[in-house]
Amino acid sequence: MSIWEYANPKKFMQVSGRVLPWLTGLAALTLSLGLVWGFFFTPEDYKQGSTVKILFLHVPAAMMAINAWVMMLVASLIWVIRRHHVSALAARAAAPAGLVFTLIALVTGALWGQPMWNTWWEWDPRLTSFLILLLFYLGYIALWSAIEDPDTAADLTSVLCMVGSVFAVLSRYAVKFWNQGLHQDSTILKVGESDPLDAAYYVPLVVCIAGFVLFFVVMVLVRTRIWIRARRLGALLARERMG
Amino acid sequence: MNALLIRDLKLAFRAGGGFGLGLAFFLLVAVLVPLGVGPEGGILARIAPGILWVGALLACLLSLDRIFALDFEDGSLDLLATAPLPLEGAVAMKAFAHWLVTGLALTILSPVLAVLLNLPAQGYPWLVLSLVVGTPALSVIGAFGAALTVGVRRGGLLLSLLVLPLYVPTLIFGAEVVRRGAEGAATGVPLALLAAITTGSAALLPFAAAAAIRVNLR
Repeated sequence: MSIWEYANPKKFMQVSGRVLPWLTGLAALTLSLGLVWGFFFTPEDYKQGSTVKILFLHVPAAMMAINAWVMMLVASLIWVIRRHHVSALAARAAAPAGLVFTLIALVTGALWGQPMWNTWWEWDPRLTSFLILLLFYLGYIALWSAIEDPDTAADLTSVLCMVGSVFAVLSRYAVKFWNQGLHQDSTILKVGESDPLDAAYYVPLVVCIAGFVLFFVVMVLVRTRIWIRARRLGALLARERMG
Repeated sequence: MNALLIRDLKLAFRAGGGFGLGLAFFLLVAVLVPLGVGPEGGILARIAPGILWVGALLACLLSLDRIFALDFEDGSLDLLATAPLPLEGAVAMKAFAHWLVTGLALTILSPVLAVLLNLPAQGYPWLVLSLVVGTPALSVIGAFGAALTVGVRRGGLLLSLLVLPLYVPTLIFGAEVVRRGAEGAATGVPLALLAAITTGSAALLPFAAAAAIRVNLR
């Protein structure tokens, strides 16, 4: 019993089909619990007022935007090294989810920034990095859809993902160098330090993050299943045409 | 390798090679920006480093799809892939040829355009130096993008979308060198980082590009 058994599309379809309803329910539950708790049952910040509550969308989306790319990188590496088709399709499936998370983070950030920083957009390192990340997602998705042969597309997007990861990190440091920025540092990992996030926000935030992670997993599984089915359908059609 | 370099240079210089195209585009950018922004010297001097670098970058982008597309169409890329010369070397040579006809030419032209944009006098050496150090990275990264999209018909727009985010660090450090140089500040750090990007991508990206070409020729 090893994890590579799930690289078999049949096995993957079986297991993911069985797990998916539970995961979907769990994701919906945690996400609605976290968001409702965060939006309606947390106190208002004395400085930021109710705008602080956008945190419950912004922070998990931003985290998942980066994590989705990391997941795509790992899946691409697995494809390049072990040539498991499910892995390549999972990377393809994760890209639109990552793109949407990036958009959510940018839009909620702009909505929060307008009353707080008095600007919708600032060329701040974090904001700029996310804009660049958005371009990376767009390019990755566009390359997938531009190439017809699935194996060629999987290979080329994997190479792009790997090179892109290096350049994404480089860009992160480049823009940091270029502008010192307005965006506050992350407070999530500061528990026990002098300026921690209050527990009233922290607990629902963790629930929200868990909800976003589950939601991402569900999206990747659903979309991977769709791509596997699409490929099976293509194979069936091709067979029909042959004979 | 030398034969390949000479062949690429000849192709670039002869009719239809598009050698002048990038330079003309660079010139256009430098002429159009003052027309759009207004003739005030102070503003132009402030944005000149950025405009010159963005112009060089776009001019470079313009000729990228020529690196492999024509060879892919007429089959000479297949010959290169099966030649005794490793494909990585061929990629590096073609990127070098691309740099000679775009990056180097842009560098030589850039001081003239800097006059048009009212760049402060102490910025000139830094402009030329940053372009000499930085434009090879543009060619190599561009060759990688061109290798990815060589099998895509009319992949020009896709190529730009793929390559532009990869150009971000080079652009930032390159323009930063000129900006600091024009203000008389220390330029060592961005220049070193720019050189690091160039040498790093020149060393590693030919392998990725060659891998992409092999996939595309499969």
